[in-house]
Amino acid sequence: MSTSKKSRSLLLDIRNISIEGYSDEAWHPIIKGVDLQINRGEVLGLIGESGAGKSTLGLAAMGFVRAGCRFTGGSISFEGKDLTKLSEKEKQKLWGTKFSYVAQSAAAAFNPAHTLLNQTIESSLSHNLETKETLQKNAVQLYREMQLPNPEEIGDRYPHQVSGGQLQRTMTAMAMTSKPDLIIFDEPTTALDVTTQVNVLATIRSIVKEHQTAAIYITHDLAVVAQMADRIQVLRYGETIEVAETNQMLKSPNQEYTKSLWAVRSIQKKTQKKEDTILKIENIDASYGSGPMVLKNIDINVPTGRTVAIVGESGSGKSTAARSITGLLPPTNGKIIFQGRKLPARLSERSKEDLRRIQMIYQSPDTSMNPRHTVRDIIGRPLKFYHGVVGNRYTEKVIELLRMIELDESFIDRLPEELSGGQKQRICIARALAAEPDLIICDEVTSALDQIVQEGILKLLLRLQKELKISYIFITHDIATVKAIADEVVVMHQGSVVEQGLKKDIFSPPHPDYTKLLLSSVPEMDPKWLTRILKQ
Amino acid sequence: MSNASNQYSAKNEVSNVYVRRTIFQRSLIALSKAPFTAWLGMIIVSSYFFVAIFAPYLAPYGEAQIFKVPYAPWDSVHIFGTDRLGRDILSRLIYGARNTMGIALTTTFLAFLIGVGFGLLSAILRGWVDQILARFVDILMAIPSLIFALMLLSIFGSTALNLILIIAVLDSTRVFRLARAVGMNVVVMEYVEAARLRGEKISWIMGREILPNILPPLVAEFGLRFCYVFLMIASLSFLGVGIQPPTADWGSMVRDTGELIQFAAYDVTAAMTPILPAAAIGILTIGVNFVVDWFLYLTSGLKDEHQ
Repeated sequence: MSTSKKSRSLLLDIRNISIEGYSDEAWHPIIKGVDLQINRGEVLGLIGESGAGKSTLGLAAMGFVRAGCRFTGGSISFEGKDLTKLSEKEKQKLWGTKFSYVAQSAAAAFNPAHTLLNQTIESSLSHNLETKETLQKNAVQLYREMQLPNPEEIGDRYPHQVSGGQLQRTMTAMAMTSKPDLIIFDEPTTALDVTTQVNVLATIRSIVKEHQTAAIYITHDLAVVAQMADRIQVLRYGETIEVAETNQMLKSPNQEYTKSLWAVRSIQKKTQKKEDTILKIENIDASYGSGPMVLKNIDINVPTGRTVAIVGESGSGKSTAARSITGLLPPTNGKIIFQGRKLPARLSERSKEDLRRIQMIYQSPDTSMNPRHTVRDIIGRPLKFYHGVVGNRYTEKVIELLRMIELDESFIDRLPEELSGGQKQRICIARALAAEPDLIICDEVTSALDQIVQEGILKLLLRLQKELKISYIFITHDIATVKAIADEVVVMHQGSVVEQGLKKDIFSPPHPDYTKLLLSSVPEMDPKWLTRILKQ
Repeated sequence: MSNASNQYSAKNEVSNVYVRRTIFQRSLIALSKAPFTAWLGMIIVSSYFFVAIFAPYLAPYGEAQIFKVPYAPWDSVHIFGTDRLGRDILSRLIYGARNTMGIALTTTFLAFLIGVGFGLLSAILRGWVDQILARFVDILMAIPSLIFALMLLSIFGSTALNLILIIAVLDSTRVFRLARAVGMNVVVMEYVEAARLRGEKISWIMGREILPNILPPLVAEFGLRFCYVFLMIASLSFLGVGIQPPTADWGSMVRDTGELIQFAAYDVTAAMTPILPAAAIGILTIGVNFVVDWFLYLTSGLKDEHQ
């Protein structure tokens, strides 16, 4: 389906390209001699973990390097010219006409002070490709093809007046206005909810196919790239691991590393029956200030020593539910019963002992650890604060906790900026463990991490639960993570609980409508998944 | 399962790990790249401090010691001559560094203690505490501070202690605004929320969680504030309500010898006498600004964009 067998002419040929970046007083290699070929009308998927050099390579395909980076070798030939040798001025003529770029965060890429239509045609207009009227007409036609609502009028709106998915589609339309030969999509759907993602993926795919535009599709999600790409190239540490046709790559990847890219999907926790309940939330309502209700009549039960996963899209109220449980946002109504006792609604009214028993781990370890504190201070503070541990015992306890999270004493004097993403999240886990809690609330703790690191963190959490009998509330939007860790699942939508039950019951039909939509929107590894889902 | 995940180990995970450097190493690197103006500023400031600290050993005479000849010309006995009471100008300049800078430094510290304390309190507590403090500061700032200080000093009397307290309170309003603004950016971070969830006291959140993260702009502001306080003290002394005689001070020295400037046609060196303390004030202000500019450039993160 996705690969037409017509012989296609070579559009862009990158040979042995090397790029270096400047940091810490020295040049470090980012891309180490990578080849990349793309034919006219072909979609190439570029996949790898963060730091693999995907974005740098994607931008290099246009002959562009970010500030503080430089080409150090190789060639990029496009229409008989070597882009690495062209002057800035010659390259600027190509950018926005022959090449265009769709960034990850459309919300950040649009100027809030101009209407969508003006921004859509801006670059084509500045290159004098067509008259303004023709461009505007073409843009409206593209909006229609992108299935935006009211294609004639939506262009007069400002970026904040449309939704995230619509903005991402407008950005794709913007990239198409100049009828480019090559579009680079840099994680265009990563910031979107799964149900929105399906639509954006479908429109991007159809428009690229219709206009026979070549594209480089950069993502870390193999299931997404399987829907979009004819061929997939896997990168790691600035080198190519393997290149293959999509079907072949999925069926039989040559490299072990490629398999590890869907590592989380291979963990499956056996559902365990509940015994008694540690936390019971009854009829909770909550709102920010005098605004609209964010939580409506929520009931959630957390069994002792088990994991309850709360799933839902952004804005469904999952994080607000966590804030209500911790007391940061006191509920306006309802009860929180913890270990058989009613907890005061407000944080300031809870005792130190109440606070100790419920700990929280955040999505982004970068903002949840004080950048000026060392690992010793970060992990040690709860020890001192709750348990009064001081002196030699203090350092011993910190090292013991570090061992528990599979790190060692060599980390004790490091600052957060000296740790990798996965290590940071482990330190956050250790900080929560130091309080010796009974319940840990994990708010999207693996969302910002690479697949293989996610797998490590999830395994660690599972092991700790087995050893220490801790209960987890696991907030996530990722169904694969839920399958890996949960015993029970709560599905939330627009501030209400859609259903709660054992994992196997929630994931097997019959489903309520919303659960069905949510589950069916999760991309699968099968390249025909998107086609199949659109037919339904 | 796969080999890759069997080999995985959290300890060996690498990403953009920074090279660990001690503060000493980092300062050395920063110093080696410091521009000429920064060096000039540092030399000026450190020599002023040197003079201030070792004033009794450097000054040829005492600060209040009176000689027989008032308005003595510049010669080998009194290098910059004497003032109208017959006090040695050079000695008074040297002691003036100690007095003016000492009072200015104490005042600035006090202003920061008050300003940062209330500013962070405002940022953390928000709500009505913030409203009351911020509005009170607005009122104080609406009144021209030199005139306000003059008025308060006339009411309470111009002792060194009053001078320090009044200027510190008036100047803390500017510090309050800065501390509140930069503090607000840090208060919303999740590590502050984590500290709250832990049940930490407000003093811990202020001192240990927020303060270390807003130190660079505060240090830069400290340099600038020091200049303003210093100028304000000099202005007040010039007007006669600042540092009182016989204590030597540059502001009052300008006033005392000011009329000599009209004799420029007859004796150039005599006319230079009031310029000396004025220049001492001016050069220190410029020196501090050079250092602060460089420090701001280093810590604001602007430098990456200029490369």
